[in-house]
Amino acid sequence: MVDLTDRSPCAGSLPLRIGTLTVTEVELGRLTTVSPFLGQRRLSAQRMEAAHGIPWPEPNRTTGTDAARAIWFGHDTVLLAGPAADPSLAQSAALTDQSDAWATMRVSGAGAEAVLARLVPVDLRPARFEEGHTARTLIKQMTGSVTRTGPDVFLLMVFRSMAQTLVHDLTEAMEAVAARG
Amino acid sequence: MRLSCPICGVRDRREFYYQGDAVALERPAPEAGQAVWDAYLHVRDNPAGSRRELWQHEAGCGAWLVVERHSGSHAVTSVSLVHDRAEETGA
Repeated sequence: MVDLTDRSPCAGSLPLRIGTLTVTEVELGRLTTVSPFLGQRRLSAQRMEAAHGIPWPEPNRTTGTDAARAIWFGHDTVLLAGPAADPSLAQSAALTDQSDAWATMRVSGAGAEAVLARLVPVDLRPARFEEGHTARTLIKQMTGSVTRTGPDVFLLMVFRSMAQTLVHDLTEAMEAVAARG
Repeated sequence: MRLSCPICGVRDRREFYYQGDAVALERPAPEAGQAVWDAYLHVRDNPAGSRRELWQHEAGCGAWLVVERHSGSHAVTSVSLVHDRAEETGA
């Protein structure tokens, strides 16, 4: 039996610190998309709350904490991040394990919006994109997920195979913003 | 150009994929006959005016949308979810 080494998506390329900003890799734990069967969203929400103690997020919102987080992840789809999905959820929703499919990074520091404004075509300023808001959108050319978890803290998710590309794009944007002084 | 996704709000056109005329939602009955099926698959009007089109919010929520758009002015008059329509008609 070959002993394989577990390697995180951003191993070797993060953390990154340029100007006032820091980018670190985040290990969210188990990732499961929960897509309720037709007409079973309410039931799935009740089961999510009963089993994991986090409310079902409305579109473009996230609930929970770093230990167990529910991130709205698309039309009728929620990403459960942290614990393994409770089996009761499988009765009313399609569950897909995506734990190894995503690279997750935390961008933090004053001026994070200015950097992300160069990459994301959505207004991420605090007046429009508050703590607890999330968006499925583009990050440069990649589809991804952007979530604000604090005043100057964003969670970015892209497909794991795009991890190096996102690090590259973030580096360029951070250097450009830092160069403006 | 921007489209207002009923789920995500106003988003840049680059997040959307254009599929074509919304005629794809009105699939004829299997026994409708050759002429009807030929028209459904191949025959499209190309009006300089109001059109009903299918778009997908590909880089966003992934939902399929029916967009009513004027091909002359590019004015978008309505955007609705195919999903809601499917729930209404049971299709």
